[in-house]
This record gives sequence, structure tokens and C-alpha cells, in this order.
Amino acid sequence: MATAVLTQTVDLVARFPGMVSADTRPGFTGFIVNKENLVEVAASLRDEFGYDLLTAVTAVDYIAENKMEVVYHAYKTTGGGGLAFKVQVDRVDPIEVPSLVNIWAGVDFQEREAWDLFGIKFTGHPDLRRILMWEGFEGHPMRKDWKEPFFEEETKPFKSRWPEGKHTFAEQKNPFRDNLNFPKDFDPEKYVVDKEEDLYLSLERDTMKDIDGNMKTDHIVVNMGPHHPSTHGVLRVAVQLDGETIIGLKPVMGYLHRNHDKIGERNTYLQNIPYTDRLDYFNSMSNNFGYVTTVEKLMKIPVAERAEYIRVIMAELTRIQNHLVFIGMLMNDLGTMYTPSLYAFEERELILDIFEAVSGARMMCNYFRFGGVVRDIPDDVLQKIKDLVLERIPAKTDEMERFLNDNEILGARLKGIHVLNAEDAVRYSVTGPVLRAAGVPYDIRRADPYSVYDRFDFDVAVRHNGDMMDNYLIRFDEIRQSLRILEQAIKQMPQGPINSQKPAYQVRVPAGEAYGRVESPKGELGFYLVSNGKPNPYRYHVRPASFVNLTAIESICIGTKIADFVALLAMLDIVMGELDR
Amino acid sequence: MYGSGLLKSLKVTWDRFWVTYTEDISWWLRGKKRYNTLEGVAHRSSKDTKGIFTVQYPEEQLLLPEEARYIPFLVFNEGADGKKEVLCTSCGICAKVCPPQCIWIVRSNDAVTGRPVPEPTEFYIDADICMNCGFCAEYCPFDAIKMDHDFDIASYGRNIYNMEKLLKPSSYYQSIRPQNFKMEEEARKAKEAAKAAKAATAASAPAS
Repeated sequence: MATAVLTQTVDLVARFPGMVSADTRPGFTGFIVNKENLVEVAASLRDEFGYDLLTAVTAVDYIAENKMEVVYHAYKTTGGGGLAFKVQVDRVDPIEVPSLVNIWAGVDFQEREAWDLFGIKFTGHPDLRRILMWEGFEGHPMRKDWKEPFFEEETKPFKSRWPEGKHTFAEQKNPFRDNLNFPKDFDPEKYVVDKEEDLYLSLERDTMKDIDGNMKTDHIVVNMGPHHPSTHGVLRVAVQLDGETIIGLKPVMGYLHRNHDKIGERNTYLQNIPYTDRLDYFNSMSNNFGYVTTVEKLMKIPVAERAEYIRVIMAELTRIQNHLVFIGMLMNDLGTMYTPSLYAFEERELILDIFEAVSGARMMCNYFRFGGVVRDIPDDVLQKIKDLVLERIPAKTDEMERFLNDNEILGARLKGIHVLNAEDAVRYSVTGPVLRAAGVPYDIRRADPYSVYDRFDFDVAVRHNGDMMDNYLIRFDEIRQSLRILEQAIKQMPQGPINSQKPAYQVRVPAGEAYGRVESPKGELGFYLVSNGKPNPYRYHVRPASFVNLTAIESICIGTKIADFVALLAMLDIVMGELDR
Repeated sequence: MYGSGLLKSLKVTWDRFWVTYTEDISWWLRGKKRYNTLEGVAHRSSKDTKGIFTVQYPEEQLLLPEEARYIPFLVFNEGADGKKEVLCTSCGICAKVCPPQCIWIVRSNDAVTGRPVPEPTEFYIDADICMNCGFCAEYCPFDAIKMDHDFDIASYGRNIYNMEKLLKPSSYYQSIRPQNFKMEEEARKAKEAAKAAKAATAASAPAS
């Protein structure tokens, strides 16, 4: 509720007469800005009103009204609720909206995503290429009139499953028949990837300015990945090198893309919960948390008191295991193969044992429901959580610090490398530990509290150098703060029901929109939902932390050595399930 | 002094290395087996674990908690003459709630009355598509479909499970999920008792 009040205190309509109107559709908030005035309004939002952190940009295809809408969510790094503003344009190609990349650099990838999936041209964007789909793909898959291969019906549940459900294999339906749109002269037998020039040209553009006037030397382009063992999954980066120095870099992603958003729009609200597990597969509890919080916002239902505490306990355990794995993987990428990472994995396994005992699965937990959680924590598991939180994990964190912190080799590899300063971090919409290591004490648990986080006494971990060493050390700080929260949550947890709602496989969600966000271990995990009152969401959008954090990668690593680059991927803590969706 | 940090690091690995031996020896001195025993595996997944942490699958297996879930199965009660009383009424809720839509149910009508027969004629689960989320078991109003513990199902072909493969007796269900089984039995008995009490009052009401 606090969010809504804060949003209304900014009266954009009075400030920009004739340019801005309030969004008056039932269940919607925020403002609709005229396309022509977007850049002006956005600049004043940043400079005059202090909305310096633009976290989410996405589009919605209102096919019935023949409108395409771009939705922006801006926040202040000093805390408080957000401000949503939208631009509506006619749904006639070419759809053009001015790019905001010069005001908030963090919109770069998100605008490219909106271009890729919706076909909205952001005029003024310096590098508007496809980002998740492959170059040469025809169509824009998030549009409501686009159908995927093996398309069966608009929404689940499919009618062919019951009562006359004869099993068929999806692949037996010929994908080349009428379900798939290929370019007219496309022949898969003869296809050669030839659209890569754009990628290399985009590298060239950024690098020309640095070498102006210097001795003419040849630069080489190196492609790392998509199967390089250190690229954290199927991420590919095209790096331009001057000797060993990086002078240009573009990440290429989408190798694990499955259009999570489109799947989410076919699903019912409930069916989406297990799918969110598969976004950031290290932290399925946090993903559940974000999604369920957003739907609860839309449904306007309370959450059972005990369930709130169980949720916090699970989310913080998730954070601890994520950060432990982060430390282990950072060491792996630096070349201390396996010893530290397996020390970290031991503690992680013990935490996963807890997840398995309460939810039934170690990684794909599917534990949260609208209004609460699936089942209560059994007494023996609660005892195990207490043992871990009060005894084992503090001791093991100390051991890990003793093991690594003073190590001279580690210091030489981490200190002063890959510095991201506070100003750039905010400009690039970086969130989570990376932002805090750069000196901005911005944590959603404190800045815009959700669930019961306002009841706990904890500090927002912050470091000030923004280099790799601080990024490494801040993870330890956060583990300790999580342990503090866990201790309090276990102590304060009341008895009572674990769900405020009756179990129902079909929930009723009133029409409207909601943007919900949680502080996932990797940063801000946001969900943007539009409901039209039907059993399936009209628009389901995930704002993943690692995708947006990756926007800053090029500016961080220009001028550094290629050997340090792999460690940068570890520092940003990306996970491809979330990045590619 | 430069290098002291390195020595500190090595001290930790040395301690970790050494404890693998002392831990094994202490088990041996106490006359207990640390490997290939339930006790050993349980200790390795407890808060006190130290030394070698690995559980050597498949010789050893981690202990599954009761809630562990894998591909669902259909529960039947064993009737008097070995007849399988299938609990499923083919209401289709599991097929509707299934996120990847991997459940197919055939419901048929009675030839004489034309009304639907409760027991499903066919029931398929595509185990390759199933994401083991557990929704079907959670939302089944008849406790007829439950999640299994059997995860060693790797095979060379496609895994389409039909009725024959899916049906498992309730005694099996009781063996893998004793707590849940007890809870459900108690709930069922309470419901039946309430129904009987209601019927009794309804029967006595017109008489008085």
C-alpha cells in the first residue's frame, strides 16, 4: 500500500500539462506519457524528482485495442516506492518509441529485448539488434498473434487432455507445416550464419574512439563460448583485443532462451510457480517469493503470519547457499580449481537437504502458494535449521574467511580489478550485491520492504571500492546479515495456519497490473503482471537481475586484461537460466 | 610478512585433509562402519559431519525425506479377491492443473446408462515432460495420485507411463509416506464419522 501512496505524491500531470495523463484504467497505476515528450519527461524524472534507478522496461501488446504499450518502472536509490510511466503507440509497423538509453544506460539490453520480442523500434538506440532470438529470425514472438511450434491452444489447460486424452507426441506434428514462420527463401539445409557482421560492427563502433591517433595495430576478435567451460553456461562473448587488453566486448545470449514470458502467458497463475523455479535455478525459493508476492498484490490477499516467517527463512537460506556457491565459483574461475568450491558445496548440500525435507525437491522447490506456503516445517527440520544457522554455518563462514581472505595470490587477483563506481552502477541499473559493493546501500529489503522484513534488525551490507575484492567480501557480509535475520525469524515465528486461502487449483485474479520485486541473492528480481480477469495472465514479464546487471559488463572491462575477464563473469554472478529465460 | 596468508590458507586445507583420517579412525575405534551403512550416510548429512562428505552413489544413497517427490503414481486399494479398487474418479483436476500438461485421461461412459464411469479407461503420464512439481498430488480431491520416491528411471527410450505402469497399491504409498498416509486416514475417518453422525441426527429428527 505504501507504494501506491508514494506514487501518487508525484503529480506529473500538473508538472507536465498536456504531455502526461494519469493511467485511469481500473487496477492500473502510474502515468501515460506522450511519445513525443518521453525523453523530456524522463530526464526531469531523473534530475528533478530523483528517480535515478530505472529498473524495468517492458512492453505489453494490447491487440484488441490495437495499441502497443511500453512500461517503465523507476525507483530512487534513497528508497521508497516506485513510479510507473507508460507510452502508448498504435500497433502499426513500424512501431517507434524514443530510446531512453542516454538518460538511463541500464535500459540498453531491456530495450533490445523489447525490440526483439515485440518489434518496438527504439529510435536513438545505438545498437538495436536482436538479443534473445537469433539473427535472421522472422517475427516477434511476444506479440499476441505469434504462435510457437507445436502450438496447441491459446491457454492451458488444453482440451485434448481430458476427458478424451489419447497421448500423442508433440514432435510428431510436423513443425515445418504451418506452425512456424521462416523467411520465404529459407532452407535449413543451406543456411549459413551470415548476420554476424552486425555483431562485429557493433564492436568496431565502440572501439574506434579509443585508438584514435595511436600507432596502427591490428585488433583481433576472440569469441569466448558459448561452450567455454568458464562462461557460466551457454553465454558467448565477442571480445576485441589489443594484445591482451580488452578494447571492446559484446555479450551474445539467448542460447538457453525458451521464451519464459510466453510460456507464462499460456499458463494459469498457479502453473507459473514451478516454472519460476527454473529461472535462477540456484535460488528457486527467491523466485517463488517474487512471483507469489506479485500475484498476491494483484489479488489483494493477506499472507498467513507463520507463512511470512517461513518464507523469510527459506529466502535467507537460499541467499546463504547462493553466496557460498558464488565464492566457490569465483575461486574456480580464478584457477583454484575445486577445493574452495567443494568446501562451499558441503554447506550448500546441507541447506538443500532442508529444502528437500520441506518442499520435496532440492532445487526445483515449488514451495510457495498464493497466501502462504505448501506445508509447515516439520519439527525435526526446524531443529536442523537451528543447528545450521546457530552453529555450523557461522563456523564454516569463519573457516572460509580464514581460508581465503588473507591469501596474497587472491588479493593480487582481486584488488583494484574491474572497478565499477557508484555512479556508473546506478546508471546501468545494476542491483544487488554488485551495486552495494560499489558503495550504494540499496537493498529492497530495507529500501522498499516486502513481506515481514521491516520487523528484523539487520544492516545493509555495503563496501566502497567497487572492485572484485569488495564484491567478494560483501558476500561474506551478506551471509552474516542473513544469519542475523534467520536467528530473529526463527525466534519470532508464531504458530498458526500456513496459508490464508483455501487450497484452490484455479485462483481468481481481478483485472489490473502489478509490479512486484524482491531482493534475490543476485539483485532485484521483478515480475510485471497484467491481468484481464481471466484464469491466465495477460502479460507476464520477468525482470531478471543477472540480465540487467550484464548491461554494465562492457564498461567495466574495457581496458582490463582478458585473463581477468572470466572472473568478471563470476563477480556479476550471472546464471543463464535467468539471463536467457 | 608476505606469504603468511598463503600459509594460513594451507593450514585450513591441511586441517581438512587430516580430519578425513582422524574421523575414519575414530569411527573404526568405536567399532562402527562409516561407509555403506545408513548410520554413516545419516551422519554425513548431519550438522556434525566432517571429513569425507561424499556419498558414493549408487552403492550408497542419500536418505530421502518423506516429502521427496518424483514422477506421480496412481493409488489403488487391494480388494477382497485381489481386485484393484482404483481411487481415481477421472475428474480431470490433475490434468487441468498440470503445468506442462503431461497427463492424458480417457473417461468413458457406461454403455447402458450413458453416464460417465468413475474409473478412468486410460491414464497416461509422459514422464519425459513431467516436471515433478507435485501439483497433481496436492490438488487431487480423492488422494488418488501421489508422488513417488523412485528416481532411478533413466532409460534409452521415451517414457510414456500407462495405467498398468502407474498403478501402485496403497500399502506402497504407506511405506514411502507413513506420516502423510496416517494424516489422510485420520481425516477420512473423521469425515466419515461426521457424515454418520449427521445421518443419525437426520434419521432421528423426524421420529421425535
